[in-house]
Amino acid sequence: MAVTVKLPTQLRATIGGASSVEATGATVAEVLDGVYAEHPELRDRIADESGELRRFVNVYVGGEDIRFLEGLATPVADNGELQILPAVAGG
Amino acid sequence: MAAESLKCRECSATYPLDARYVCERCFGPLEVAYASLDGTDAESLRRRIQAGPQSIWRYADFLPLATPPAQFGRDSARLGLPAGCTPLIRADRLAERIGFDGELWVKNDAANPTHSFKDRVVSVASARAAELGFEVLACASTGNLANAVAAQAAALGLESYVFIPHDLEEQKILGTGVYGTNLVKVRGNYDDVNRLCVELSGEKEGWAFVNVNMRPYYAEGSKTISFEIAEELGWETPDRIVAPIASGSLFTKIAKGFQEWLDCGLITGSVPIMNGAQAAGCSPVATAFAAGSDVCRPVKPDTIAKSLAIGNPADGPYALDLARTTAGGIDAVTDDEIRHGIKLLAETTGVFTETAGGVTTATLAKLAERGDLVSGERVVLVITGEGLKTLDAVRGTFESYEVDPNYASFEQHVTQAVEV
Repeated sequence: MAVTVKLPTQLRATIGGASSVEATGATVAEVLDGVYAEHPELRDRIADESGELRRFVNVYVGGEDIRFLEGLATPVADNGELQILPAVAGG
Repeated sequence: MAAESLKCRECSATYPLDARYVCERCFGPLEVAYASLDGTDAESLRRRIQAGPQSIWRYADFLPLATPPAQFGRDSARLGLPAGCTPLIRADRLAERIGFDGELWVKNDAANPTHSFKDRVVSVASARAAELGFEVLACASTGNLANAVAAQAAALGLESYVFIPHDLEEQKILGTGVYGTNLVKVRGNYDDVNRLCVELSGEKEGWAFVNVNMRPYYAEGSKTISFEIAEELGWETPDRIVAPIASGSLFTKIAKGFQEWLDCGLITGSVPIMNGAQAAGCSPVATAFAAGSDVCRPVKPDTIAKSLAIGNPADGPYALDLARTTAGGIDAVTDDEIRHGIKLLAETTGVFTETAGGVTTATLAKLAERGDLVSGERVVLVITGEGLKTLDAVRGTFESYEVDPNYASFEQHVTQAVEV
């Protein structure tokens, strides 16, 4: 169950410059936990103490904001793609 | 007032003044931080502003450029299109029509080079982009920004890429493509366009996305609206501002502009009561305000006010906070109210605004009807764009007479009809 997690430029330096990482999991929460297990330094950049996403972090599955889906419980398909992007842009 | 750093609004981490917009620690938005104004002589500052050009560069002391563009002479041509110094119009007949017993003004920002307030923010972003060595301008736009970026890039001789939702009003598409930009229609709504541009800005190193990686500088340009209002009112603040909210950037920066001038003693008064205006078909900030929430739940926009159709507003939390701390509010109006608002403003002031201005005018009328406006107070309605860009909104809203070219026909079809 490998999922590609695309990282924004703001997070890449933390993990040595890669633009994406692989993780496993059937939901967004599981995939992110997989990412944190491999790269613990990313956890407090993306999530707050309670494990919720920080308010200026957007996560997309299949191009859709997970807040329009089931949030952290949104299913992620095997070989699917999860994208993390900063929320503060535009307007 | 020299810019010192970029500072995170959330965790106060600071960064150098380069092309970045997000805190690497917490993803919070970065804002320009300036050196303290303590000891500034307000009188000499005021004289310097008054001696400046008739454009936003008269406020260069409050804008984040290392070297403000040359203001006069041959070098001034390198400034690009001069934005700002738009008229502030007294609107007594509009006040009367909505039953407001006070002093009402309209700040008509349609009187900018590409007919919206976006020329202000693009001026600042593109000047800073040039300082940082960028040669390509880009943006994610709901239409007005597209016009402004394409035009400013043409004026400065820069290449540009403009990203818009595929279903924008034709007038805004034509008014962008004419400048020779690379116009990219994205199959999706504005939030999809924005997401694509955020991703692209991470990959295209030589590109200055004015409202993504240049956003801290861009946003500062909106302060010039409040500087002008204060100057036009004789160095005083108004009591209340009614302004539209899309991302919430303009709304919050208007208040910041007044605060900066109050802090350095240039003006008297206090930060105005801030009333925000959204379309009911895209009202994440108004909905959160009504619910007492400080989180804006994103929405899928469905409104004729396409220039305000941002379902996921970046500065939503700060707009909410500002409306609450100034005892203002954020309202939403329907598409019919928007059309009525456009006509109301046109018929009482001679200002023809686009749908966003219809939203703002309809919100003002709603505030008056609800009794929220205080008798005798001074209110400024911020009109951000031009009616010729959204002509569909007024189609079918009035009748005309058709006559043969003779007196009898005129008498028959017009005079009799008017007298009835």
